[in-house]
Amino acid sequence: MPIIEARGLARTFTSRKRTVHAVRGVDLTVEPGEIVGFLGPNGAGKTTTLRMLTTLLQPTAGTAIVAGADLRRDPLEVRRRIGYVPQAIGQTMGGTDPECLVSEELLDQAALYRIPKADAAARTELLIRQLDLGGLDKRLVKTLSGGQRRRLEIALGLVHEPPLVFLDEPTTGLDPQSRSNLWEHIRGLRADLGTTVFLTTHYLDEADALCDRVFIIDNGVTVASGTPDELKRQVSGDVVTLAVNGAADKARELLARQPIVGDVTVSDDGGLRLNVVNGAEALPSLLRVLDDAGITLHSINLSRPTLDDVFLTMTGRSLRDDSPSAAASGQPEPTAPQATPAGKE
Amino acid sequence: MTFIHDTLVVFRREMRLSLRNPAWVIIALVQPVLYLVLFGPLLANLTAGTLGGAPASGGATGAAAAYRFFVPGLLIQLGLFGSTFVGFAIISDWRGGVIERFRVTPVSRLAVMSGRVLRDTLVLVVQAVILVLVGIGFGLRAPVSAVLISLGFIVFVAVGLASVSYATALTVKSEDAFAPMLNSVIVPLVLLSGIMLPLTLAPGWLQGVARVSPFRYIIDAMREAFAGHYANTIMLEGVLVAVGLAAVCLWLGSRVFVRENA
Repeated sequence: MPIIEARGLARTFTSRKRTVHAVRGVDLTVEPGEIVGFLGPNGAGKTTTLRMLTTLLQPTAGTAIVAGADLRRDPLEVRRRIGYVPQAIGQTMGGTDPECLVSEELLDQAALYRIPKADAAARTELLIRQLDLGGLDKRLVKTLSGGQRRRLEIALGLVHEPPLVFLDEPTTGLDPQSRSNLWEHIRGLRADLGTTVFLTTHYLDEADALCDRVFIIDNGVTVASGTPDELKRQVSGDVVTLAVNGAADKARELLARQPIVGDVTVSDDGGLRLNVVNGAEALPSLLRVLDDAGITLHSINLSRPTLDDVFLTMTGRSLRDDSPSAAASGQPEPTAPQATPAGKE
Repeated sequence: MTFIHDTLVVFRREMRLSLRNPAWVIIALVQPVLYLVLFGPLLANLTAGTLGGAPASGGATGAAAAYRFFVPGLLIQLGLFGSTFVGFAIISDWRGGVIERFRVTPVSRLAVMSGRVLRDTLVLVVQAVILVLVGIGFGLRAPVSAVLISLGFIVFVAVGLASVSYATALTVKSEDAFAPMLNSVIVPLVLLSGIMLPLTLAPGWLQGVARVSPFRYIIDAMREAFAGHYANTIMLEGVLVAVGLAAVCLWLGSRVFVRENA
C-alpha cells in the first residue's frame, strides 16, 4: 500500500474577492521506503502542496491518504505518523529556538508527541549520535553552525520514529560540504530505518543524486513523474557530438541513415551533433558505421540531458533562473565572463 | 487529560526560557517602581478624600491613603504594559518556524497558547507581589486579604491581556504593525482607567467615556478591597468585568490558534 496517495489535491485562496488556484490538482503516489523529490518553480504550488500533506493547510478539493490516515478526515492521526522539517530560509525558519539547548529542543519535541520521559532520553541520545550532534547537547541552538542547526531540525522531525518524513528544502543555505554530508544522513535514514522521505528542493543535482523518483509540479498540477533517468530520456534523449578527420559531409549522410539516430546537425566548429535515444548503447554501432566507411574519428563525446533540461521542457522555465532563494543561499551562480572591450582594443 | 499535559509541556518550555533571562522580569518592574517613587509622593500631598473611595478606617495618614489608591492602579498598569507585550515573542517564534513545528505535532493547538498564557500569568503575579512589597516599603498599609483579592484580579487581567496579545500578534505577524497597535490601545486604556489620578476629578463627559475601560472597574474594586470593603456593588462589578474580560479574550485567542492557518 502506498504511503502517500493523493488524488486531485487542490487548494484555492480567496482574497479581496479574487480567487487564486494555488494548487489545481496534484496526484502523488509514493511507496514506502522511497526517497521522493518534489520539484517546481517558485509559485508552482510546491509549498502549498507540502503544507496540505502535513496538515498545516486544509485542501479545498481532492483526497489523500498519508501514512495510512485520511488527511481530511483524521489530520490528527496524520500528525502522529509523520515528521516534518520546515524550510530553514524564507518567510519562516526551521523551527528551532535560538535560546534553547539542543537537548531541550529534542526532549520538548518528544514531549509534544507524548513520548514517556525515559524513552525520550534514549531517543534523544540516539539521534544526537546518528546526526553527528555529539558533544553539542548542552549548547544553545544559537551557537550552532548552519549545518549543525539543520541536522538538529532534522533530528526533531525524527524524534517519534515516523515512517514518513517531509523535508522542505533540506539543504538550502548550506555550504557544499554540509550539503553532501546531509545527503548521507538522508540516505542513512532510509537504509537504517526504512523511512520514506518526501523532500522539496531547488537543486536539481540534489534531486538527481538523492531521489529515487521525482515529481514535477507546475501551475498547480503535477506535470511529470518518474526516476530522474526516465524523465531525462522522455525529454530529448542523449546527444552525441563527434568530429571526424575530413569527409564530414559523408559521415553526416551515413549517420543520418541510421535508424537509431534522430536529428543530425553541424555544430559551429564543424563537428556533428546527433540526437539518439540511448547514447551509451548507440555509440558502438555508430563507431562501426564510420569505421566501415573508412572515416577516422578525431573526437567523440556523449552528453546526457540534465534534470534542468527536463525542467525546461516540462515547465518552459529553468528552475534555477527563477529561484531567488538559490541565489540568496550562497549557491554560486555561474557568473558571466566580464566583457572588457576597452582592454581588447 | 491531554490538553492539560500539552499545556504543561508548553508552559515548562516557556518558563525555562523566561528563567534563562530572569532580568526581564525585573526590568519590567522598573517602570512601575519609578512611578511609585517619583509620582507617589505627589499623591500623598493631596487632601484626603480627593482620592475617592471611602475614607480608610482608622484615620489613615495621607501617605497610606495615597498608596492604597496608587498601588492598585500600578498593578493594572504593570499588566497593561507587561502582558500585552508578550505578543512580540510569538511573532519571533512564528518567524523562527517554531509555531509551525508545533502545529505539525499532535500537540493541542490551543495548548500552544494556553501554556504561554499560564507562564505569563505566573510572571505577572510574581511581579505584582514584588510591586506590593515595594509599596509596603513606601508606606502602603493594606489587609492581607485585600492583597490576595488584588492578585486574583491580576490573574484574570493577565489571562485576558496575554491571550488577546498573542491572538493579535499571530494575526498581524509583524512587529512593525503590532507596536503601533499596542500603543494606540494601551495609552487610552491607561488614561481612562484612573491609574494616576481619580476619575472623580474628571469632568462629566470624561467620566462617561471612561466607562468603556474594563480596567477602570477592576481598579475601583481593588481600591475598595485595599480600603477594607469587600462586599459591595463596586466589588461585584469588578469581579464580573474581570471574569468577562478574561473569558472573551481567551475565546478570541483560541479562535486564532485553532484556526487552520495561524
